Amino acid sequence: MKTINRIIKSNDVLESIYSYAICTGFVMLLSLMTYSCSSDDDAIIPGPQTPDFSGTFIQEDQMGRPAINTVFVDMGSKDAFNTTVPSGQGAAFQSMFQNKLLALNPDYTTNALTFTAEQFTTALATDVLTVSLTGTTTFFDGTNVLTGRALADDVISTELLLIFGGPDGTEKPGLTDDNVDGNDKPFLSSFPYLASPW
Amino acid sequence: MKKSKILIGAAIICLAGFIAIAADHIDAPAVASGTSDITDMYAFQAQDTDNVVFVANMQGLLAPGDTGTASFDENVLIEFNIDNNGDATEDLVIQALPRNGKMYFFGPIAPSQTGLSSMVMDANGFNVVDITAYGSNAIVETNNNMRFFAGPRDDPFFMDFAQYGEIIAGNASMFNDPGSDTFAGTNVLSVVVEVPKSMVGSGDSVNVWVETKRKQ
Repeated sequence: MKTINRIIKSNDVLESIYSYAICTGFVMLLSLMTYSCSSDDDAIIPGPQTPDFSGTFIQEDQMGRPAINTVFVDMGSKDAFNTTVPSGQGAAFQSMFQNKLLALNPDYTTNALTFTAEQFTTALATDVLTVSLTGTTTFFDGTNVLTGRALADDVISTELLLIFGGPDGTEKPGLTDDNVDGNDKPFLSSFPYLASPW
Repeated sequence: MKKSKILIGAAIICLAGFIAIAADHIDAPAVASGTSDITDMYAFQAQDTDNVVFVANMQGLLAPGDTGTASFDENVLIEFNIDNNGDATEDLVIQALPRNGKMYFFGPIAPSQTGLSSMVMDANGFNVVDITAYGSNAIVETNNNMRFFAGPRDDPFFMDFAQYGEIIAGNASMFNDPGSDTFAGTNVLSVVVEVPKSMVGSGDSVNVWVETKRKQ
């Protein structure tokens, strides 16, 4: 079995196993260990040899969808956005998002999702990424919208289109696509999916 | 539908908030270029379509010459948050914490408390993978149909940020065609974890976000 499948029991569990083995023989110990290794949950149980994971960890950064804090949050509020729980972001930041959207694009009416400025920024202000568990996962692939984010998704052009492109995506064509449509290295078809470093 | 250049210019000048580098690279003063700076998160269906993949990238814009010495911070907890009932509050977390050259993974598991403060959820054990060294083949651990990786990777993000900067500065009115990928040739530190969909939710979708939290 791989190292990861080893079971390290805590001291008192080991002690009881050893006591039991002394009473019933080495064969029984072996069978106990075999049972442990084939149990359903073979994650490693923390024991005396495991590192220190103690302490309290306090939030510094967060993100759901790409570029949301970068685009829609005022410079003086970016740290606050990173440390506001998503369930509180809408109330705290939707109006700022709407003002920013209309500053970016004073001609905004609706976008390709048929969202008004208020609807669009209400959706964006709660910065979580919805991920489908039943099918295609993509930011936008021409058909599916916001069902995840795949490595190859051209998320910036999608966001530019929704900000600047108007109801049918044809407005301000010089600003709706950065014309970088893919990564500089091919992705892998299997885990870990990301390309090796340069 | 064509708008005047003046209107476009006015809109562009208002793009001041767009100055920081997308997607989430150096997005805010407190985390810019630090060890807790998240550059991107991805979430997508795995090669095994019963599984879902979560990717958190950290410490972006690493030149190849700087990648070998870049390392995860043992004081920074990387936490995927999963909401499976639509209230934008985490029901489950997958935590990753580095210790002595290895990345330890906890969950998916319900957190002891939601929000800005977290403890490591190690009551049910952990999975662990050696952090892949720069220049080495990816080290992957597999357990119960879960997969784990941590180490440097090519930054999968792509954007003509340089031309964007030119537009912001008023030196250009539109993107070039073709554009030029500002992130070409740069690396990030990646955490990649793949788990069965059944471990994160039973509905049609989940909401996901990633956080970094520093040990106090």
